[in-house]
Amino acid sequence: MTGYLGDVAALARKDLLVELRTRDTVPAMLLFVVAALVVFHFALPAESSRLAASGMLWIALLFTALLALVRAFVGERDQGTLDGLILAPCDRSAIWLGKTLSVLAFLLFAEAVALPAFALFYEDVTWELVAGVALANVGIAAVGTLLGAMAAAARARELLLPLLFLPVAIPLVVGGVGATVADDPGRYLAFLALYDLIFAILSWASFEYVVTE
Amino acid sequence: MIRASGLGRRFGERRVLSGLDLSLDRGGFLLVTGPNGAGKTTLLRLLAGLLAPTEGALEIQEDRGRTGFLGHEPLVYRELTALENLDLYGRLYRVSERRERTGMLLERFGLWDARGELASTFSRGMLQRLALCRTLLHDPELLLLDEPFSALDAGGAELLQAELADAAGRTVVVASHQPDRIAPHATHRLALA
Repeated sequence: MTGYLGDVAALARKDLLVELRTRDTVPAMLLFVVAALVVFHFALPAESSRLAASGMLWIALLFTALLALVRAFVGERDQGTLDGLILAPCDRSAIWLGKTLSVLAFLLFAEAVALPAFALFYEDVTWELVAGVALANVGIAAVGTLLGAMAAAARARELLLPLLFLPVAIPLVVGGVGATVADDPGRYLAFLALYDLIFAILSWASFEYVVTE
Repeated sequence: MIRASGLGRRFGERRVLSGLDLSLDRGGFLLVTGPNGAGKTTLLRLLAGLLAPTEGALEIQEDRGRTGFLGHEPLVYRELTALENLDLYGRLYRVSERRERTGMLLERFGLWDARGELASTFSRGMLQRLALCRTLLHDPELLLLDEPFSALDAGGAELLQAELADAAGRTVVVASHQPDRIAPHATHRLALA
């Protein structure tokens, strides 16, 4: 188990180090999410409801996440380094978990900017919203990383990933918006936690079949 | 030990390799030659387990975790330093005393002074040397080399020759357009058409 967790930590650290040096993903995510929130702010009528503002936030977060997911495996495929990882005798699910953790870190960076921007342009950030975002992050990173690995092998990966990911992410939007605006957020938070659990297990178990023939 | 019978691989409609029978005992050294498109790279990727055969059967007794594969790509992260790359692979390949082993290989392949530089700043020849370090890092039982002399200068080629001469006990498969350099070490030859 120590070896497995050590592999995961080494792989996640590698992704963070690569991002720190290239700044390929996080700056694009930050710019996109802030730009989206600003545009939505002017697009929504002044008397728009809290429901509409929450919906806009979740759309912005989901599309921001797509930026990270599209790029998650592009470098590995283009430089062929995924072959190096596959050849290693480590458990292949460790590759998925390491990548999921790095995607999760990128999402947290983006949301550390997005939520204050939401508070600035729309309304206060509640604990229910923060909890909903935190739980949705896990689901987005888990299932998105698996689908990102599948899409990275295709020529039209920028098109394929949204087609694969957005339908699977709809329950996350339903749960996230519900947790933000409903009178009983606990139900929606529990739903998000259940989604995370199911999809994390499915992604963890099926990753090997996605990266090997 | 490698045994292949009727081994074949298609990519869509295109058949790259077909009906290949092969037998190589543990410690054997196989030189694979053939023109472009004959299937040399495909054969090595099949042996590495990076591709699955679409025809025939393939049996490899060597420990899969101790396969060293050198392909057309160096399989190193351009945004990491030489040392960081080897440290990452050393960890994933469970190399004991990986710092010592990494240092020894970097010294041997003349990259010690460049160990802290990003691989993106390396020349093609330096990348090939780094790729050789990565390939040999875990002391592989099965060594699969695809055009290993590619991009190497005379010094690098000499180092590789010495490594191949010292490959006793390893099962080695080398695909090359420069068979003269490999032939002295080879115990078997396979010409793909």
